[in-house]
Amino acid sequence: MNIFVCVKQVPDTETKIVPSADGSFIETSSIKWIMNPYDEFAVEQALLIQAANAGSTVTVVRVGSTKDTEALRTAMAMGADDAFLVEANDNLDSYSIAKALKAAIEKSGKKPDIILTGKQAIDDDCLQVPQILATMMELPSVSVVVGYEGSATDITVKREIEGGALEVYGVKLPAVIACNKGINTPRYASLPGIMKAKKKPLTTLSLADAGVSEADRRVKYSNFQLPPEKPPGKKFDATDAAKMGGVVKEVVGLLRTEAKVI
Amino acid sequence: MDFNFTPDQLEIKDLAMKFAKNEMMPKAHEYDVKAELPHDILEKAWSLGLVNTCIPAEYGGNGFSAVDSMIITEALAYGCMGMNTAIMANDLALLPIVIGGSDEQKKRFLTPMTEKYKMAAFCLTEPGNGSDAGGIKTTIKEDGDDVVINGNKMWITNAGYADLFVLYGTTDPSLKHKGITAVVIEKGTKGIEIGKKEDKMGHRCSDTRGITFNNVRVPKANVLGGLNKGWSIAMKTLDHSRPMVAASAVGGAQCAFDHSVKYAKERVQFNVPIAQHQMIQAMIADMAMKIEASRLLVHKAAWLLDNGLPNTQLASYAKAFAADSCMQIATDAVQIYGGYGYSKEYPVEKIMRDAKLIQIYEGTSQIQRLVIAKEIFTR
Repeated sequence: MNIFVCVKQVPDTETKIVPSADGSFIETSSIKWIMNPYDEFAVEQALLIQAANAGSTVTVVRVGSTKDTEALRTAMAMGADDAFLVEANDNLDSYSIAKALKAAIEKSGKKPDIILTGKQAIDDDCLQVPQILATMMELPSVSVVVGYEGSATDITVKREIEGGALEVYGVKLPAVIACNKGINTPRYASLPGIMKAKKKPLTTLSLADAGVSEADRRVKYSNFQLPPEKPPGKKFDATDAAKMGGVVKEVVGLLRTEAKVI
Repeated sequence: MDFNFTPDQLEIKDLAMKFAKNEMMPKAHEYDVKAELPHDILEKAWSLGLVNTCIPAEYGGNGFSAVDSMIITEALAYGCMGMNTAIMANDLALLPIVIGGSDEQKKRFLTPMTEKYKMAAFCLTEPGNGSDAGGIKTTIKEDGDDVVINGNKMWITNAGYADLFVLYGTTDPSLKHKGITAVVIEKGTKGIEIGKKEDKMGHRCSDTRGITFNNVRVPKANVLGGLNKGWSIAMKTLDHSRPMVAASAVGGAQCAFDHSVKYAKERVQFNVPIAQHQMIQAMIADMAMKIEASRLLVHKAAWLLDNGLPNTQLASYAKAFAADSCMQIATDAVQIYGGYGYSKEYPVEKIMRDAKLIQIYEGTSQIQRLVIAKEIFTR
């Protein structure tokens, strides 16, 4: 099987995010980059599928800046065979990213049997790329997948829906499958794996190579700013029963007049 | 001059820290209370290449430099100093083979350690001999093609689960250090009696026991570097192992520091977080300085080793300074936590107990000062 995994590089979860000085994006100079945690599930699932289907290859694809190639190196250290990077600014919109991913997959010269992604990236939380990519490639797609089984041609996936219930889908491959936490436990990239990853092929393409231009942009970021600081909460003294009645009245009154929620 | 880690070293550090935080830290308290070895965690660390860092690439290892192995050790000790002792003890036992073993011995003893997770134990200390290592009493006597070992060893890490024992004995106690001989003994050899697990203050998960060797017979082919050649192997082992133990002190200290900084920002007294009180600030600043100084000493001692330069003095600087700093930092961490610090429900109490051992094993802080003074006065 030709297995593809799309990964995104996101700021480490412990990063303190600040808007850049001109407000056009976030300040990226001091960010430590990691692979999007949901994409780790996708990489692990790709490796599990590869192990179950002898002769399969796992190719990782990413669109983003070359300042750090952490996500691709991690994926290859975990066991992926090769990687494609479409060089671009980190503030592309979902449509442009999906278009670039499609182009990179096609440039690999391999016809995909399955494309795995994380269900969303933890930085902008758009939850759009898998679906746009599937539409562009005219493939079926299932997102928020927490269970996976099947052969090289037919799979059964479980996806989480509201209220914790599960939907079960039978899917004919090729398809785009977006993984959620729970589908597997991602392996660590071992130290020998990290060393081996350096020798694995990484092909870099430009956005122009991928046929993506500014004209493809559907969303433009106009300004980044921190949310306004929350005003301090109000405290009400209801330490004894005698005060209780008055406090309840006061709170209800404020919810009406000040918060205007009732 | 370059203080930066290489990109490889940054990745090694990332993996080791991720493992320490995700796999070791959540279980550190549990295994401390149970006083049991977390075999699954140790095996997982091995499968990722974090154990036996001293084995050269040609014998199946990852070909790490000494600086690389310090980075790994610091991270693992950050996760749990006790678990790290079980991991580090493997390196301590294998180093004499790396340093003094023949090609045949390295293939026979080191390569299997890279194929399956096995533990190894370094047997030097005796009930009556610790710091005075030249005075060891365990005898190694020639008998035809074999040597026969008799004696008692004490405080042996990994003793209960080791597949390999690397033992220092003497062919003749009157020869003092000139009779010291190192020999490898495989598990199951007749005459090895493993004692009960010691009930220790800290590093409680690590398996520490006495071992009695009763007419234990092994082929001469297991003697490292020949009879009476053990002393120089032991000294060269210390040049590598002391910075490593110092690195573990840095890891423990860094963990105590991180907990302290976090707590100082959360704990409110006199209507402000205690981080705003100058006495707390002074303790935190002292901690930070000592950690950085310790780390630099560790890296320099390891860097000298990697460059084939003498490092005995630096190794002792690193060991004594990092261990004493770790003890002070862990004690201050408990102080910053106050009453909560004294409770086993908070993490710094364990670090304080664990820190104490670092001042004792692999040459006490006092022995390090003797080594340093000797280097100074004999030059």
